[in-house]
Amino acid sequence: MRKKIAIIDYGSGNIKSIINALDFCGAQGCVVDSALQIEDFNGVILPGVGAFGPSAKFLKTKGFDKAIHDYVSSEKMLYGICLGFQLFFTKGYEDGEHDGLNLIPGEVKKFEFEDKNLKIPHIGWNDIKITSTLDSKKMFNAIGEEEYFYFVHSYYVLPKDFQKISSFSHYGKRFCSSVAYKNIWGSQFHPEKSGEKGLKILSNFINEVNA
Amino acid sequence: MLGVRIIPCLDVANGRIVKGTNFVNLKDVGDPVEVARQYGIEDADELVFLDIMATHENRGTTVDLIRRVAEKVFIPLTAGGGIRTLDEIRSLLNAGADKISLNSSAIKDPEIIRRANYRFGRQCVVVAIDAKKVSENKWNVFSHGGRFDTGLDAVDWAKKATEFGAGEILLTSMDKDGTKDGYDIDLLKIITNSLTIPVIASGGAGRVEHFAQACEAGASSLLAASLFHYGELTVRQVKEYLMYKNISVRLTK
Repeated sequence: MRKKIAIIDYGSGNIKSIINALDFCGAQGCVVDSALQIEDFNGVILPGVGAFGPSAKFLKTKGFDKAIHDYVSSEKMLYGICLGFQLFFTKGYEDGEHDGLNLIPGEVKKFEFEDKNLKIPHIGWNDIKITSTLDSKKMFNAIGEEEYFYFVHSYYVLPKDFQKISSFSHYGKRFCSSVAYKNIWGSQFHPEKSGEKGLKILSNFINEVNA
Repeated sequence: MLGVRIIPCLDVANGRIVKGTNFVNLKDVGDPVEVARQYGIEDADELVFLDIMATHENRGTTVDLIRRVAEKVFIPLTAGGGIRTLDEIRSLLNAGADKISLNSSAIKDPEIIRRANYRFGRQCVVVAIDAKKVSENKWNVFSHGGRFDTGLDAVDWAKKATEFGAGEILLTSMDKDGTKDGYDIDLLKIITNSLTIPVIASGGAGRVEHFAQACEAGASSLLAASLFHYGELTVRQVKEYLMYKNISVRLTK
């Protein structure tokens, strides 16, 4: 029996790629657009491309805000990708100040560089330094040091608690490129678009999800 | 370190990958999924699919091609060629494309850039510019596959496209395209120096050295088509040379 993973559809992200990647890893991605549905799953992915403010607002309007908090407190696995990952944090500063889901204390800020050779968005394959926490080892099980993953973003997260960070990357400065803390995982990069290694992270996630 | 991206560009017609020059003697080069998978194995960082028919009738076959490739190849995919409407963009993204590239339609009405950005996010909007030198240090933008001189200055248009919400510029030198003489370094420098968003260099790659020159001129990514299709160079060979030149690249094995 293939494990079922819910993918929250809030009208923006490229959900098809995540379904394809889950399928490749032996799980079934199920698109959900109602907050009531997520409690039926043991694994949920919050994807996302687009802007922080409107997306956070949409999640709240549709009741996903509370549903995700309830879901997480039942200790079931959650993975946020790119904007979905940023939405985990307390506040975002994309076109004004917006409240996020506040699952992880911290902020989301824009890359700003003096050096005009550092183009924004940060687009492309960048490597990661994996931290040594137990959760980080689960997330990056069987993934070597300095592997490359695909990023496309103009904002980066600043978690308050160092212990929740599972990897760092470098673009103009060091930034947190993923978190893994208990049942909450998330990455700024796109595992579904990062070739074999990205698929491995999704497999690691699926492994943590109860059947 | 962010790696410089190497991007093979694949011409598609009727849902197949084709090779040929100037729309004549098009040869089917095989199953799109297999070709894409092979490039993935070679460490291509991204793939661009250019619909060379670019007709409304052919769009469905391109959407289907993207759908099939996206099921098996897990790297970023860009679709371009004759895209005119938000509906077309939506169907390509829903099929599994990560980005779409706009050219003539954006020249005709730049608002499409703004609308695509607002609806789908900056990260998926690539504006393709076909530029041709018209005088010393001046390049004009050509539309409709390079057939018409729009009179627009390439630097001005690239800046305007950025303001309207492009996430990346795909810059093709019409003077260099097909020459294998190297990318247009002057054009690249003038454009990359004027922009804050990444630029993909296209047109003219013939040897490994050309890729390194374009990086030094400020390109974030390097696109090539025939060079890779005809097996004159592999993506891997290009990346190994860049590594030798101390330019950061992603090599998996």
